Amino acid sequence: MRSLATLLFLGGLVFLLTILTGALPFGEPPMLVGDAIQKAAADEVGAANFVTAVVLAYRGLDTLGELSILFAAATAGGLVLGSAQGGSNRRPAGFIMRAGTDLLFPLLLVVGLYIVMHGHLTPGGGFQGGVVLAAAFFLPLLARPSETLSHAWLSLVEGLAGTAFIAIGALALLDDKAFLTPLLNKGVLGELVSGGSLPLLYLAVGLKVGAELASLLSRLASDEATS
Amino acid sequence: MIWIALTVVALTLGAALLVLLLDNLLAAVAAASVVSLGVSVMFVILQAPDVAMTEAAVGAGLSSLILALALRRLGLIRLAVGGDAGNDDA
Amino acid sequence: MTTSIGVIFFIGAIGLSAIGIAGILLSNHLFRMVLALAIAEAGANLLLILAGYRWDAVAPIVTDPRTAHAMVDPVPQAMVLTAIVIGVGVQALALTLVIRTRQRYGTLDMRMARQRMQDDLDAAAGVTPSRSLEQPAGARPLPLPVEAAEAGVRHD
Repeated sequence: MRSLATLLFLGGLVFLLTILTGALPFGEPPMLVGDAIQKAAADEVGAANFVTAVVLAYRGLDTLGELSILFAAATAGGLVLGSAQGGSNRRPAGFIMRAGTDLLFPLLLVVGLYIVMHGHLTPGGGFQGGVVLAAAFFLPLLARPSETLSHAWLSLVEGLAGTAFIAIGALALLDDKAFLTPLLNKGVLGELVSGGSLPLLYLAVGLKVGAELASLLSRLASDEATS
Repeated sequence: MIWIALTVVALTLGAALLVLLLDNLLAAVAAASVVSLGVSVMFVILQAPDVAMTEAAVGAGLSSLILALALRRLGLIRLAVGGDAGNDDA
Repeated sequence: MTTSIGVIFFIGAIGLSAIGIAGILLSNHLFRMVLALAIAEAGANLLLILAGYRWDAVAPIVTDPRTAHAMVDPVPQAMVLTAIVIGVGVQALALTLVIRTRQRYGTLDMRMARQRMQDDLDAAAGVTPSRSLEQPAGARPLPLPVEAAEAGVRHD
């Protein structure tokens, strides 16, 4: 009975999606907003990566909403899982794992910070770099399960980074502009120090996402493996 | 070019079917990360490098890590050879 | 890129969404539902990026400030960036709920967990449980299929 209803529903959904995508002008989208952004972004925002310009400058409020959703999900996940016990009582992993994670930790830190800081020049940005930073802080826990991450420090970093994002956005209010308008000098297109306050915003985003995901991962990896 | 697109789409759809049909849940998690990888390659072909990097890092990296950690916490890891989950040594 | 490649990609995106939704509706194991949710989200994001593609265009990144090239639409890419990160947040929360369900009810099979939840609710409300023999025969729900009751947690 359930399978029959599911098949009918899926048939209808596939038919609907096919009709809709058949009517789309694939390859020649109208792109009214996209064209306007392409003409204006290099002069207005000063970031070489237009997706960064859209995410932080033109649709900065959506990024703030995304940060709030991530915060709510990580906090609720930590709440449901219960307070973090002290480290797991497994044996430490073998030599390859320990040596590998010791070598990977500084490498991942450098790559993560590079991706975060160059978000306005090359593909990348706060979210991708934040994920790499979270992995950098989580890997030593896999090799030595008896260690823990300090959740107090992680919450402090996460809170400060989120506050910094909102504070930089609110500074634009003092200058009689809208919330989250990019500030500071735009600089030369294509240099590292360019794009006004965009690298600072992405740095705040990267640190916040990294701290949140590292704390969530360490909570998931703590003990009670047989429950 | 058409053969590359055909191969990537066939790989992705095959892995998606395997996620639903495999019995071993750890293998299903691996198939889900293959789906993320295929979608990431499709994003590169569609000239969207930012989204491809995000999908690769988050889908094939972080999501698979969270799923595998949850499997270990639920006690559902079952290797193909031998009995229980031996995950103490490297 | 030709139209046939576009058709292939559209078939891939619609197929992924359909397989994901079929997995959520048809699976009996809670963990497999979360996996199918991940697949459905990947299919939906692919559909969004396909809507922004332009023939013979490059990625929306300025590599040479002097030449102006036609670029693909950057707005759907920004939307999908947000959607991917939100997707992983939702999956993490769903997994913590699955872990909690397993801790409380001891099973991950959806039908057995639902039945135990119903028994808990009946016991807390003080009514006779819906499965007990003290209810009239017409009001009792049908028993579970034999395989699910025998095999316990079945990886469906």
